[in-house]
Amino acid sequence: MKVIQNIHNEMKSEHLMLAYQGDFSQETVKCILALGERTMALHSEDSVVKRKVFNVMVESLQNIVRHNDASTETQRQFPAIFLIGREPKSYSIMSGNPVSKERVPELQTALEGINKLDKDGLKDLYKNIIKGTTLSEKGGAGLGFVDMARKSGEKLSYDFPEISESYCFFCLKVNIPLVS
Amino acid sequence: MNTLYLEGTEDTPTIILDKANGILEISGRSLPEDSTEFYKPVLDWIEAYAKDPNPSTTFVFKLEYFNTASSKLILDLLYALEDIKGIKIQWHFHEDDEDMEEAGEEFSELVEIPFEFVPY
Repeated sequence: MKVIQNIHNEMKSEHLMLAYQGDFSQETVKCILALGERTMALHSEDSVVKRKVFNVMVESLQNIVRHNDASTETQRQFPAIFLIGREPKSYSIMSGNPVSKERVPELQTALEGINKLDKDGLKDLYKNIIKGTTLSEKGGAGLGFVDMARKSGEKLSYDFPEISESYCFFCLKVNIPLVS
Repeated sequence: MNTLYLEGTEDTPTIILDKANGILEISGRSLPEDSTEFYKPVLDWIEAYAKDPNPSTTFVFKLEYFNTASSKLILDLLYALEDIKGIKIQWHFHEDDEDMEEAGEEFSELVEIPFEFVPY
């Protein structure tokens, strides 16, 4: 029984408005987006913020679905998680999902590179990627992180704690400031 | 040419490709699970249209939102439209949606097609 209040208190102290852990599919993505939109409407967020938060939510959620390379067993043991936090000055969109250790260096390199760029640098990177790329087998364009960084205006925070012999838990946090 | 009409849903846009009435329009939200699959019939239609287009063509974008996978396909649509004689793009955006306006400007920098920007 204690777990109910524990999670309730944890969510309160971390200023979390929404927390979902489990299976992710296009259907769950649509549900979570609808929940997020509803919550922002209840908070009477201005439309600029709502749009940016929605944008980042979609990219974050669809990344979880699209880049889920973990074995079924690993997904069962380490289900992905998605969180929306709201603090006085910003929203945070957070996600965690298992990724194979082989993928970590490429993810780290991409994120480090993005965090070094300013607004114009991100715009140039976006244009270079979109011009030069064909969609990968998984339907990704390599644009998601860049787009999240552009909508946020701040550096992306990330971490890759090890969870098993072959997997790390890719944690990503994107802030959307409330006052631009 | 047959008209292509796809009704919009929570994650896919409304598509109207009607040569006879000169209406070529994409509107709504674009976040399909597989954007290549979704936009293939649109690309195929445009490629066929390009072989025998109307004397002038206005392609209308009235998107509320599109994900990054869609943005790649939108660029592919624009490339397919680029060589059509008399082509122009009408890019609609909500007046307080700077991001959508900027996205249109960026697309216009990547292709040789006149863009008209229409706030609403």
